[in-house]
Amino acid sequence: MRSNRLRFYTQSLAKILIWIAALSTIAVMILILFQILAEGLPILRLSFFLESPKSMGREGGILTTIIGTIALTVVAIIVATPLGVGTAIFLREYTRESQVSRIIRFGTDCLAGVPSIIFGLFGFVFFVIFLNMGWSILSGGLTLAAMILPTIICTTEEAIKTIPYSYREVSYSLGGTKWQTVTRAILPSALPGIFTGIILSVGRSIGETAAIILTAGSSLVMPNSLFSPIRTMAVHFYILAREGISMEMAYGTGAALILLVLFINTIANWLLNRYIRHRS
Amino acid sequence: MKLEIKEKFIEKTLLLIAFSSILILALIASFIFGEGLPFIWKIGAIDFLFGERWVPSHGEFGILPMIVGSFLVTFGALLLGIPLGLACAVFLCEWTPPQAAMVLRPAIQLLAAIPSVIYGFWGLVVLVPLVRNYLGGPGLSIFSGSVILGFMILPTIISISEDSLRALPPSYKAGGLALGATHWQTIWRVLVPAAKSGIVASVILGMGRAIGETMAMIMILGNAVKMPSSFLDSARTLTTNIGIEMGYASGDHRQALFATGVILFFIIMILNSSAIVLSRRRGS
Repeated sequence: MRSNRLRFYTQSLAKILIWIAALSTIAVMILILFQILAEGLPILRLSFFLESPKSMGREGGILTTIIGTIALTVVAIIVATPLGVGTAIFLREYTRESQVSRIIRFGTDCLAGVPSIIFGLFGFVFFVIFLNMGWSILSGGLTLAAMILPTIICTTEEAIKTIPYSYREVSYSLGGTKWQTVTRAILPSALPGIFTGIILSVGRSIGETAAIILTAGSSLVMPNSLFSPIRTMAVHFYILAREGISMEMAYGTGAALILLVLFINTIANWLLNRYIRHRS
Repeated sequence: MKLEIKEKFIEKTLLLIAFSSILILALIASFIFGEGLPFIWKIGAIDFLFGERWVPSHGEFGILPMIVGSFLVTFGALLLGIPLGLACAVFLCEWTPPQAAMVLRPAIQLLAAIPSVIYGFWGLVVLVPLVRNYLGGPGLSIFSGSVILGFMILPTIISISEDSLRALPPSYKAGGLALGATHWQTIWRVLVPAAKSGIVASVILGMGRAIGETMAMIMILGNAVKMPSSFLDSARTLTTNIGIEMGYASGDHRQALFATGVILFFIIMILNSSAIVLSRRRGS
């Protein structure tokens, strides 16, 4: 009888500890957001977004870094989306589980685990030096594309997986070829899933620093071509804070980054819930 | 007939595209090894790996302090991340009141989405002064780095452990409860051991993420190039060594940084492949 009571004491203790763990995780997340937003939000005025940085970022706004972030992200998405979607279609529609698909999956999983500083080193020696693109939007964007490829493959595959088999049967029974089936029956239904993958990748691109600083440089000059070096918001934030240029501007940029990431995350979540989790 | 040729062409193109991630991985490996390996060869693997002095201006390139730094920070992060992550995973699978899950889940997703520079900055302005005032030392230390990294790897540990707990057949839980075990005993003695391979895989992936983290660590660790003697010492990791010096390095110095990258790539590949093998075994 006594041991029985002990069992339930242990259980209550475990329950309390697990609650503490869960609550402290939430608390840390809130602390981080609160600290940056509390100091940074008052700095976010419209002019902060519409003015270029002056005197190394001590004054002015963050306009060039916003443009840099957008340019890099757009290049990365344009390059990675066809590759990622193509891979997912191949894996799901054109092959069964085989040696080939296993190798491709292994490569994708490995790529997903490569740290960003390694991507940075690679982009630097391959795009910047070997292909002679210099520190530029193109070098940075292509490096980013390599980084986000696994995300796009993975979410597209998940989306295709949830499409009922009957869609394919109907298409084939109407005389459709494989490619017609993919483009007219599979892809339209997988579109929200692909879009979710793109949005998640945008989130990752916006927050990336290590790989970009080595491949796109940190110039504050307004870019005028794909071969111009640029600085993204995350890199700007890092340089402001680490070199102690301006804490005020760092907080402002940090708050803008967090708001952007929050916004992107909310959209991705909404899409996931609406189109993917429900069907599976 | 024409249609058939088109179909074949499309299939081959897709096959080609599907190999893009393998191709990228191979390019990464060959270019980093191509820059780094000749250097390791030149100064000798033993001197490079076990040399304790890193003074690029004097041609001394020993990365032992960075290897030790990387592993100490990662160890500290796991010390915090494993219990916390496992507890959160159990909380989400077994003990969640729906409203609590509604708060915890987005919180974890946000932890995953916050850029690493933000973590680094928060560590620098909030955690480092606290450590300096209450524990002593410079504040910029392995301890501060471990705490921040511990939270950064939480999402990885939680999501994969949770998946493997959820993948268990419901009969396991039913069996445990039917034998008269309490809910906690069932979780601890039946469910967690059964999900072991997935949980271990999650920890290995978390470890990979911790070893690979750069920007946050540059901001928090203090970057001193010496053998750390306690958790309150400043340190440098393999990644931060590359991140800090790559901007101005040239010649031998730059090659030495690529050689550091080779070691890092090696460690990460071993961790990744063992995690993949473990989670495959779970799947089959």
